[in-house]
Amino acid sequence: MNLHEYQGKSILKNNDVAIQEGFVAETADQAVMIAEQLNKKFNSEFFVIKAQIHAGGRGKGGGVKLAKSIEEVRETAGKIIGMQLVTPQTGEEGKKVNKVLVAQDVYYPGEEEPEEYYISLLLDRNTGRHVLMYSPEGGMDIEQVAEKTPHLIFREYIDPGLGLQSFQSRRVAFNLGLKGAGFKSMQLFLRGLYEAFISSDTQLLEINPVLKTSDSKILAVDCKFSIDDSGLFRHKDIQAMRDLTEEDPTEVEAGRHNLNFIKLDGNVGCMVNGAGLAMATMDLIKLSGGSPANFLDVGGTASAETVEAGFRIILQDPSVKAILINIFGGIVRCDRVANGVVEACKAFGSLPVPVIVRLQGTNAEEAREIIDNSGLEVFSAGSFEDAAEKVKEVLA
Amino acid sequence: MSVLLDKNSKVIVQGFTGSEGTFHAQQMIEYGTNVVGGVTPGKGGSEHLERPVYNTVKDAVDGSGADVSVIFVPPPFAADAIMEAAEADIKLIITITEGIPVADMVKVKEYLSKTDSRLIGPNCPGIITPGEAKAGIMPGFIHKKGSVGIISRSGTLTYEAVDQVSGLGMGQSTCIGIGGDPIVGTTTLDAVKLMMADKDTDAIIIIGEIGGNMETDAAMWIKDNKTKPVVGFIAGQTAPKGRRMGHAGAIIGGKADTAEAKMKIMRECGIAVVESPADIGKTVAGLLEIK
Repeated sequence: MNLHEYQGKSILKNNDVAIQEGFVAETADQAVMIAEQLNKKFNSEFFVIKAQIHAGGRGKGGGVKLAKSIEEVRETAGKIIGMQLVTPQTGEEGKKVNKVLVAQDVYYPGEEEPEEYYISLLLDRNTGRHVLMYSPEGGMDIEQVAEKTPHLIFREYIDPGLGLQSFQSRRVAFNLGLKGAGFKSMQLFLRGLYEAFISSDTQLLEINPVLKTSDSKILAVDCKFSIDDSGLFRHKDIQAMRDLTEEDPTEVEAGRHNLNFIKLDGNVGCMVNGAGLAMATMDLIKLSGGSPANFLDVGGTASAETVEAGFRIILQDPSVKAILINIFGGIVRCDRVANGVVEACKAFGSLPVPVIVRLQGTNAEEAREIIDNSGLEVFSAGSFEDAAEKVKEVLA
Repeated sequence: MSVLLDKNSKVIVQGFTGSEGTFHAQQMIEYGTNVVGGVTPGKGGSEHLERPVYNTVKDAVDGSGADVSVIFVPPPFAADAIMEAAEADIKLIITITEGIPVADMVKVKEYLSKTDSRLIGPNCPGIITPGEAKAGIMPGFIHKKGSVGIISRSGTLTYEAVDQVSGLGMGQSTCIGIGGDPIVGTTTLDAVKLMMADKDTDAIIIIGEIGGNMETDAAMWIKDNKTKPVVGFIAGQTAPKGRRMGHAGAIIGGKADTAEAKMKIMRECGIAVVESPADIGKTVAGLLEIK
């Protein structure tokens, strides 16, 4: 589950990580009130208005703006709230902005030039350990840094029993070229950051940029939190931060039926039991000349209700030209699944697209008979190959 | 011979009296597995499925001589159950549970590195040595005793491959479901090494998927150590970047962990990579004939 910047910053703040301060607003009036408060606290006439959506590259799409007066706050916030923000990560249609973060300006002039760094915490799958990844090249796309200047990316692997050690956080500060007050602030910053990461079952915590201000404070200017869904059960507070408007409505509906659904942009819908088989079925659709319209894992039980819900969800997409149901009956008996498919088809009335059903495993023969004798216009397929051929036929 | 599991393995089930544990323990017993008991804290001293129930894994090991455990404990308590099994010196710990928090598995991995227990899974169907024993949830009847070793990150897709292999008249030496999570106890490479050393395995099938680089690591080793044919399939050729495809570990992070990249390296390392999941069985059959 992904969090908004303002939500992530609240977790950081609770763990004593210094952040660029601000509050979230849903209207221009609220934005102005927040700016007035920030002005009292920081005595600055400059504010940053940041669109709160789950996508990176917000600045490039015009979702992050500097306002140089309270009046400009009203004007800019008014423009950003409600806009359809297009960034390199949102796709062409963009995402609607419902909230903005009104934050202090942290790039104020002073004794030193402000400096930006990159810091993230994530799982290293090779070692099975968490790793702190960092670079003096802050504020840039880290994948590009990794490609062009890999020697500027550093890593500290964390012992799960001991956590981040002081010698490691000192090394981070040295590698980032910090001295004096900035060096000290970085130690506190990293301690809090690791605590925030580990205490919230985070799978990715990325701060880009981390800023050293002109007066040597170390602040999180932006933050990206992605929480491990498997760990959410022990974080009621974070569960409450879920923003359904950021998710695909069809995927949300599928979730209510306990279906694992991901929308894609092809023309053949599919319904499969098991994630690996579902991916393999998508691959087969592609090799048959189609293109998968979705990933859909119905899990261990493919009952009439789940199949019906699956149909309804897949058919919301008008580009779907055919549906392939692929079930390998292990513990689930194929004849039961076949009855489920038949009931679902009947409940649905007439299906607008051809349906190919492939049931293999326990009681597969009986299942084929049930499908063939149902009187429904459903194609039954035996082998995986056979299913591919049928997909080709109906698309032709 | 076979790898890891045979008819002499003494198996216990953790989460024995729960509904999943009960159902699958029953199925394992019917398959002929030597299930010697189970663990459910608080129910020690009673009997279940005509076998003793113990409060702790240590008690079960002392009482029954168990050397293999199959874990059906729910996600919040599963990491603890794995460590308890390792502490009691269970040599092979098979974890079926799906949805264990990654942070818990980071700790488990560290804990296990200091023991000589092997973990299979989590989020896996388990292990089967056809005709001898099954420690997991796979349907027994599709398997056939034979010489093809199968290593897979998936459940039903493995059954599909098994079914193709059996359907063509071949059988399996051992099938290992290594699991679909980002952290697993036994990697593709670990399993390949076992199969390559097993004299009853004549060919190996690797069923991988997007995410991570376990298949690449295995391929690099196979390049220099191959003594028998290896067939490979990577699921997720059509999966989009950055989305978790059902399995917690099936997510494309960068260019190196796409299906395309993995398939390319596997081919370069001498693995017979199939593009279509329908071709797994016949490709193995072809390789075994020309061997």
